[in-house]
Amino acid sequence: MREVLEGSQAVAMAVARCRPGVVCAYPISPQTHIVEALSRMSRTGELTDCEYVNVESEFSAMSVSIGSSAAGSRTYTATASQGLLYMAEAVYNAAGMGLPIVMTVANRAIGAPINIWNDHSDSMAMRDAGWLQLFAMDNQEAADLHVIAFAVAEELGMPAMVCMDGFVLTHASDVVDVPSAEDIDAFLPPFRPLQSLDVENPATIGTMAGPESFTETKYLQHMRFLDAADVIASWSARFAERFGREAGGLVARFDPDTLDRSATAPPAKWDDVTVIAMGSVLGTLQAAIEPMRAAGAHVRLVGISAFRPFPTQALRDAVGASRNIVVVDRALELGAQGVLTSCVGGALVGTGSRIHSVVAGLGGRPILASSLTAVIQRAIDGDLRRLEFLDLKEGGVPAPSLGATEVSR
Amino acid sequence: MRQVRVHGRGGQGVVTAAEMLARTGFMAGHEAQAIPSFGSERTGAPVIAYCRFDDRPLRTREPVLHPDVVLVQDPTLLVSERVFDGVPDGGVVIVNTEGDADDVRTQAGVDRPGVDVITVPAMRITMEHLGTPRPSAAMSGAYAAVSDDITLEAIQAVYRTRFPGRVGEANARAAAAARAHVAAQLAGEDPEQAAAAAVDAMEVSHA
Repeated sequence: MREVLEGSQAVAMAVARCRPGVVCAYPISPQTHIVEALSRMSRTGELTDCEYVNVESEFSAMSVSIGSSAAGSRTYTATASQGLLYMAEAVYNAAGMGLPIVMTVANRAIGAPINIWNDHSDSMAMRDAGWLQLFAMDNQEAADLHVIAFAVAEELGMPAMVCMDGFVLTHASDVVDVPSAEDIDAFLPPFRPLQSLDVENPATIGTMAGPESFTETKYLQHMRFLDAADVIASWSARFAERFGREAGGLVARFDPDTLDRSATAPPAKWDDVTVIAMGSVLGTLQAAIEPMRAAGAHVRLVGISAFRPFPTQALRDAVGASRNIVVVDRALELGAQGVLTSCVGGALVGTGSRIHSVVAGLGGRPILASSLTAVIQRAIDGDLRRLEFLDLKEGGVPAPSLGATEVSR
Repeated sequence: MRQVRVHGRGGQGVVTAAEMLARTGFMAGHEAQAIPSFGSERTGAPVIAYCRFDDRPLRTREPVLHPDVVLVQDPTLLVSERVFDGVPDGGVVIVNTEGDADDVRTQAGVDRPGVDVITVPAMRITMEHLGTPRPSAAMSGAYAAVSDDITLEAIQAVYRTRFPGRVGEANARAAAAARAHVAAQLAGEDPEQAAAAAVDAMEVSHA
């Protein structure tokens, strides 16, 4: 049923309908509304056969998640920003132990300076933790991705983060169609753990591995991670077939003219500027690029749907013959460029592409369509530098006016 | 596309107002989106939220820069907030106030003859019917009086669904009264009488 829902509520409903056995989380903005809603559903009986565990920190939230997943329960948690960093040690352990926990990351900046607003610094800090990272471009996809994430994670025996832009998506209300419990039941197989702790058959998960076997363990984890691309693509295709809309996948392609999402859109051409981004800015880019196309500009849009594993081949296919690349990046690799830009550069190495990094939207700075249009036009004109900060105010740090914040202006 | 900006103060339900407005627009047949802005999370601090309606799915996530409609829930914001900012000619600024349009322009220090100013005593109407200072339904009622973007029926349905029982009904009455108040003002009729009649008519039709 299409209805207007806050992004967090839509996600909580989708998660509940995936029938988790354990939900364990510690509240932190901007993820709080999601776990509040799940807590409420657990109390009202809307979420049945589920243990909702209150804990005292994010470190505990991930530790409980590890325990419950290892005991064979479908496990869900959510966090953001400093909370993700606080649980970092356990985040790596969950992946190394092969536990298919699904975690929403309501993407938020990392301090200092303290900042509660959106960028991608938190997920990017965990990019090598061994978790899948699936990015939502809107609230419909955020809800849908959780269904796909459980299916993929459980088939692979690998944890998955569903990343959605904090506030920009979590707190915005949109028209969404949350998959029904019946449809999810028919789509998502029951959790059959590849391994589970059992007192009748004692085993150890996450034991010590010395220099004689650690490299091989990591090699196997790496090979498994490479398998993930096909599994993500396959479950996303099945999702599209069943639910009649695209979600997930490795990269998002967009029709050149309507800018509608379309897996069958042709690759970019040699004279196209290709704009690459992930998360909610893709929506603003759709809105910015559609009129540019109508006016004859040669520009295409490609979204990164799976940031981990990084979709090297799918990205090269979508970029096609285009060699003028603009990456709109919501996280900064200090002293270098945007974090996504580095990954795109790695994927396109040897193609002779000119890659421009546009760092945008840090700490909740709104990304304006007009600013994006101007940057893309400069890329077309050959006037865009290798690294730029969108809407950077020159002359130092501006002081906010009395009682004001950037966001409320 | 139609774009709305809501100004209010922390505690007046500004974020909820934008979400309810999005639901109302959706019920009235549009695609809809509500975007809150989060800054100073203190009771009484100025808060802004945005809403968009369109006939096709909304894509952009940027804040509303050029609102066709501005709803000002608290008249004291006219002095401190630039509520006319970005409003194009032909736009409408709807203010909860006991004053008139000239008072609004004077307090805001803005002339802008191309922008319509609509006034409605939304807080008085809300206190009369609801009893708590959350004037969003009344403001929506005033909006419905000057635009086809939303309808009174959609406002009432949305509030009744979200707040079943007394609160939903009280909001439905406040919306009807505010709409009638503004419509009568624009027609040169007695707004107080029209507001009361609209509420009476509801009670008759409900009885």
